Amino acid sequence: MRLFLSQDAAAKALGAEQVAEAIRAAAPTAEVVRTGSRGMVWLEPLLEVETSAGRIAFGPVAVADVPGLFADGVPAPDHPRCLGLTEELPWMKRQTRLTFARCGVIDPLDLAAYEAEGGLAGLRRALEMTPAEIVAEVTDSGLRGRGGAGFPTGIKWNTVLGAQAERKYIVCNADEGDSGTFADRMLMEGDPFCLIEGMAIAGLAVEASTGFIYLRSEYPDAIRTMQAAVVAARASGLLGPSVLGSGRAFDMEIRVGAGAYVCGEETSLLNSLEGRRPVVRAKPPLPALQGLFGRPTVVNNVITLASVPVILARGAAFYAGFGLGRSRGTMPLQIAGNVQYGGLFEAGFGLTLSEVVDDIAGGTASGRPVKAVQVGGPLGAYFPRALFDTPFGYEDYAARDGLIGHAGIVVFDDTADMLTQARFAMEFCAVESCGKCTPCRIGAVRGVEVLDRVTRGEPGQIELLQDLCETMRFGSLCALGGFTPYPVLSALSHFPDDFARERKAA
Amino acid sequence: MTADLPEGLQADEGLATEIRALLAEHAGREGPLLPILHAVQARFGHLPAPALPLIAAALGLSRAEIHGIASFYHDFRELPAGRHVLKLCRAEACQAVGGVALAETMRRTLGIDWGETTPDGRVTLEPVFCLGLCACGPAAMLDGTVIGRATPDRLTEAVA
Repeated sequence: MRLFLSQDAAAKALGAEQVAEAIRAAAPTAEVVRTGSRGMVWLEPLLEVETSAGRIAFGPVAVADVPGLFADGVPAPDHPRCLGLTEELPWMKRQTRLTFARCGVIDPLDLAAYEAEGGLAGLRRALEMTPAEIVAEVTDSGLRGRGGAGFPTGIKWNTVLGAQAERKYIVCNADEGDSGTFADRMLMEGDPFCLIEGMAIAGLAVEASTGFIYLRSEYPDAIRTMQAAVVAARASGLLGPSVLGSGRAFDMEIRVGAGAYVCGEETSLLNSLEGRRPVVRAKPPLPALQGLFGRPTVVNNVITLASVPVILARGAAFYAGFGLGRSRGTMPLQIAGNVQYGGLFEAGFGLTLSEVVDDIAGGTASGRPVKAVQVGGPLGAYFPRALFDTPFGYEDYAARDGLIGHAGIVVFDDTADMLTQARFAMEFCAVESCGKCTPCRIGAVRGVEVLDRVTRGEPGQIELLQDLCETMRFGSLCALGGFTPYPVLSALSHFPDDFARERKAA
Repeated sequence: MTADLPEGLQADEGLATEIRALLAEHAGREGPLLPILHAVQARFGHLPAPALPLIAAALGLSRAEIHGIASFYHDFRELPAGRHVLKLCRAEACQAVGGVALAETMRRTLGIDWGETTPDGRVTLEPVFCLGLCACGPAAMLDGTVIGRATPDRLTEAVA
């Protein structure tokens, strides 16, 4: 009997380790393969049983369910926790899983299983191409930065390829600090070789032989899995002086962050990697020309790099065939907060917010009406129901004074107070500001003060707030100060009633 | 060269030997400071003040620079933490499912504020901005172990 049980941090947080232990006691002869997550967090811990028809899912499994599940040896399809074939579940069937194809399916550290499920095909093809051809393939795929900025990946790579230097670097930004996002974590815990393969292809494309993954310390499970995967990749010749026997070198190292949100900004991240105080650098120079240690550097998000293997394996046209407008390919949506069905849902760009929130997420977990949805992390705008027809795309969100960011979607019910949320955005910016530029360092502190005066019902504060937001937006050096106005102003413009406080008696 | 340092920054021989061994392990690495700070904190539970001049000297930086870098990050401590470290997520996805109320209850139950340690040294309470458990919040982490859909009862029991 072959069983599959997720060891993703979300599954562990919901008791997967205790379930694993109970299974070992109830079915000592069963082979339990620990996988990443399928992304259906509300069903974790999710147990799958291999059958001739495919894997059958059981979930959410509690420790108390385990003796009953194995009472007759094999978990039976008539058990109340049985959900049927995993691949036939609506959540799975509606997705286009390109980047997350193997996540939740294989043992993350089993390189043979990785290859059997389509892994390394992209890298093998890249090894037969010239750097310019690889860059052209990525450019033609339409892939844009999945970290949030949405810059075309092929153009960035082309700049690094064209830069003359003795040494170049591939830096993977795995400092996934945005609330409501966990795609990087899930990918690194569930399919780490995919990221390694993507970075190796990037190295071939721009002629860089050294990579760094800057991984946040808040993800201890991802750190362990990535470190083990790098060791395994090196032992098998996927990394090292001769990648897959090609004679071309690429190796990498995992570096752990230390709990600073701003280090997700690429120039701050580079300073952190170099061992400097991680303040933001002014651009230009672009990191592509003068990045890590002053050398030409590709800085890409985890999902950007992990999308490269499938693009190389199946071709630019295949990938570009998904999506809408200038947002090509797929995006792993992370559905979070107050939702009935939360988790990771990979789909081509273009789903409307209503489809995501009302349909896929099934509305709120509390059963109360949805009030607001914050898209794109702490620097993303709050969307009211009136804007739920917005299709998921870089330009479509920008046109409505929002951003898709790293595709985190956080749902709030009608108990949320949008003035409180706006104040939190300013408070967060004040706590996490690197301090280099005044609009962010001082502006965020002033923002908290102004919003406190709004709360006390003092007159004339809204105009001041709008003025301050304009200064932060246009005067800040990076997106932390520059985008904090998005949640603040969207809360103000879409939920003005929450800002109309009665003046309290002194 | 550490002889003229003020009191409190003098490393005793045992500490100095350990720090030098850690520094030797990181010799030759590109950008070694952050891994060194992590290694020192992993070994001692915090960054002992006398370690900083030794690190500074090895990397050709000033003590002020090391302090400026280490203090920038939330992770590094100047003093040891309690026996348990409880981190509670304060970010938006957890706020949407009762994270603020949970945090308030835990602060009251433990009788401490953010960054403080209970008088008996049992538990240190720290805020964290996102553990990537945004679909099963409120999220917490106790000594590196993740907890989803956290409740006051479950957390109180965990730190007992």
